[in-house]
Amino acid sequence: MSPVVRKQREGFTLPGKYLLLILTLVCIALMLVTFGTDVFNSPVNTVVGYLVVPFEDGISRFGGLLSTRANELTEIRTLLDENESLRDEIAKLTEENTVLQQDKYELNKLRELVELDEQYGEYKKTGARIIASDTGNWYSVFTIDKGTNDGIMPDMNVIAGGGLVGKVSSVGPNWSKVTSIISDNSNVSAMMITTEDNLIVSGNLELMKRGNISFSQLIDSAGNVGIGDKIVTSNISDKFLPNILIGYVTKIETDANNLTKSGELTPAVDFEHLSEVLVITDLKQNVVDE
Amino acid sequence: MLRKILTVLLVLFCFILQSTVFGAISLGGVVPNIMMIITSSFGFMRGEKEGIVIGFFCGMLADIFFGDFLGLYALIFMYIGFLNGKFSRIFYPQDLKLPLALIITSDLTYGMLYYVLFFMLRGRFDFSFYFLNVILPEAVYTIFMTIFVYPVILLINERLEDRERRSEQKFV
Repeated sequence: MSPVVRKQREGFTLPGKYLLLILTLVCIALMLVTFGTDVFNSPVNTVVGYLVVPFEDGISRFGGLLSTRANELTEIRTLLDENESLRDEIAKLTEENTVLQQDKYELNKLRELVELDEQYGEYKKTGARIIASDTGNWYSVFTIDKGTNDGIMPDMNVIAGGGLVGKVSSVGPNWSKVTSIISDNSNVSAMMITTEDNLIVSGNLELMKRGNISFSQLIDSAGNVGIGDKIVTSNISDKFLPNILIGYVTKIETDANNLTKSGELTPAVDFEHLSEVLVITDLKQNVVDE
Repeated sequence: MLRKILTVLLVLFCFILQSTVFGAISLGGVVPNIMMIITSSFGFMRGEKEGIVIGFFCGMLADIFFGDFLGLYALIFMYIGFLNGKFSRIFYPQDLKLPLALIITSDLTYGMLYYVLFFMLRGRFDFSFYFLNVILPEAVYTIFMTIFVYPVILLINERLEDRERRSEQKFV
């Protein structure tokens, strides 16, 4: 089709230049408005929730089914071996458990004595499946198949396999967006479990290629922190519940200012193979209020 | 009307594919950018206006699901669609060189813009790392996917244009 013909047909409509200008202004307005507030989130999230999410849900369910079938076939042999060793482990753990039960009983009694509540005993959790991942290659954001209908709210913590995955950053009726801690723009206030020193854990795209993320601003003048130490979420974080495992220190060095230390840690969660997560439905604010 | 419905379906279909299936075929953690293929090819096949509109909606979807705030992806994609539309005058369906060159340039531009806006402004200055590990692999992988995706888009577009031409002739 020649351009001349096309021009005639579009003669009475809006020229491209003006359309571009109008949509540019719309985009800038949207950016300004949504940068600070959440006004558009609920209507927009609801609409796309019903338009896109059911399909994503179906496809990921189907994909999951296929990959489970394939895995089943290849893994039967390894599973048999594993089963054997796990049985042994169960026997060992049962024994250990009995000892720990006794210890716990004692601990509770001692706690009662010093009138210390079990402040963060058990959080309520709900399971969710990852149905879509970030379309780009820059950040690690993903979508899960539960939303406000299941009681999910923004800022809820997301864990998997005993480690911190991230937090819910936006919700729709049947889906929510999770920003993971390995995302380059994420910062988590954390502490060393051994020394209770506070630090900041930040996602880093550069280090993530090696499977690590970075931490900084660790004040450890005594030099007690070593490689392999556990890092957990701190008490002073306003979004993250305390004492959730983040990862293990793999590299530590003193900063140029000689006061703080920074380095790398390996996350406890295997972010490459993540398909199911647990959302903690207790919010930090509410836990503290109670 | 048929064109509008098909285009909307195509955009949604590609977005869903991009966010679900493509995660499984990522190479070294890099996913090809099929949304860019669509935006760019509709731009040079159909002209500026369709490039703008399709870029806007592709970007908006990405914004809603994965952005921190709305509008930025939409803006980037929209301008890429618009600039590709500038080339619709020298586009011929038989020629494969122009589409490939445009799509790879679009994807590289998108990568650079994204790096500058989201990473350089936050003090991540190691450009060579990001270029070699994210921007370039994504562009190469995208151009590889183009070889499979672009003929389908071209076919759909040609069928639709045939149909439109025929219905136009009926009126005359």
